[in-house]
Amino acid sequence: MEIKQTAMVGTLESSDIQISISPNPGKGLDIQLQSVVKAQFGDSIVATIKEVLESFGIKDAIVEAVDRGALEWIIRARTQAVCCYATGTKFDWKGEDK
Amino acid sequence: MQTAKLKRTSLYVSGASPVNMIQAAFYNEDCLVYDLEDSVPNSEKDAARLIVYNTVRYHRPAGKYVIIRVNGIYSEYIDEDLEAAVRANPDAIRIPKVEYKEEVTRICQRITDIETAAGMEVGKIEVWCNIESYLGLINAYDIATADPRVVALALGAEDFTASMKSHRTKEGLEIFYARNALLTACRHAGVEAIDAVFSDINDVEGLKEDTALTRNLGFDGKTCVHPRQIDIVNSFFTPSQKEIKYALRVLQAVEEGKKQKKGAVTLDGSMIDKPMELRAGTTLAQAEAAGINVEEELL
Repeated sequence: MEIKQTAMVGTLESSDIQISISPNPGKGLDIQLQSVVKAQFGDSIVATIKEVLESFGIKDAIVEAVDRGALEWIIRARTQAVCCYATGTKFDWKGEDK
Repeated sequence: MQTAKLKRTSLYVSGASPVNMIQAAFYNEDCLVYDLEDSVPNSEKDAARLIVYNTVRYHRPAGKYVIIRVNGIYSEYIDEDLEAAVRANPDAIRIPKVEYKEEVTRICQRITDIETAAGMEVGKIEVWCNIESYLGLINAYDIATADPRVVALALGAEDFTASMKSHRTKEGLEIFYARNALLTACRHAGVEAIDAVFSDINDVEGLKEDTALTRNLGFDGKTCVHPRQIDIVNSFFTPSQKEIKYALRVLQAVEEGKKQKKGAVTLDGSMIDKPMELRAGTTLAQAEAAGINVEEELL
């Protein structure tokens, strides 16, 4: 799926993550993460973001994430939301029934 | 101690605030209401819906009766809210500003359709209806009996008083009739009655007075807008040791009377009538639901 517009969701409050996504045509995924727990959980946070991007079929994008200690399902939800905004699509709820 | 059956306190927490949602699981509220409506700005509706969905479906707090409050029945968000809320599989979906039984019928049918499409157990998700206008109040009994999913009506005082052109006061005289009318409809329909919030989170004495009235009128619980209100409200809906002991003595006296085939039974010089027996039964049921071992109170 193609990134149609730059989008951003989330806040810089504790337990949240702010994620922005913008086009990166033909250059793959470029995920940049800032997090106070990057040393401990950086790989896991990036893996969650990447998994959601892949579920949307997004292959080319620049993703900037500023993490404030968000839990895994918050990261997942924020990434799902930013993907919807950036691709101009509604979330596929029926896809959750698999 | 809490059980899933208790509905003394319902705490609203905004779906737009991950930190509040995470913290809310650690308070003592019986019912946790993840809100997609008033506390979420329009620009955040989609993001909040995904946060609430992921939280309730995959990380729902243990020991809580989990509710999702969706946006209004006629809002642009309701269809997608229901798609998410049903698949999240909460204990209940709370519908704001209900005014007609047909609205409940339509929403419940939609819930059934989504449950069926998603391969979920049909009929398990309960429905709470918020009564927030004079029309909703007039139709309260019809709303409460519109569908078997409906298990509670909750009074929303701010919108109700706005619809009545009355002014909201701490004393609450302007909602006294509404409280009684809602309760009457709920009792007749056999569903639970949840009282309105007390909005001033800094007025502890005001909250106590308001909750005492809530309890004395007969409500089953009260909605809270701040965690600091929870323990106070819970305490009013948990019978005291004195009340439990008296209830036990009433029921013992009734049992003794039956054994002795007495037509009339007395306790401490007063006649025990049927309403006293019913109240005693309710007190013990509330105590047991709150995790109190009532048999120990006899010792």
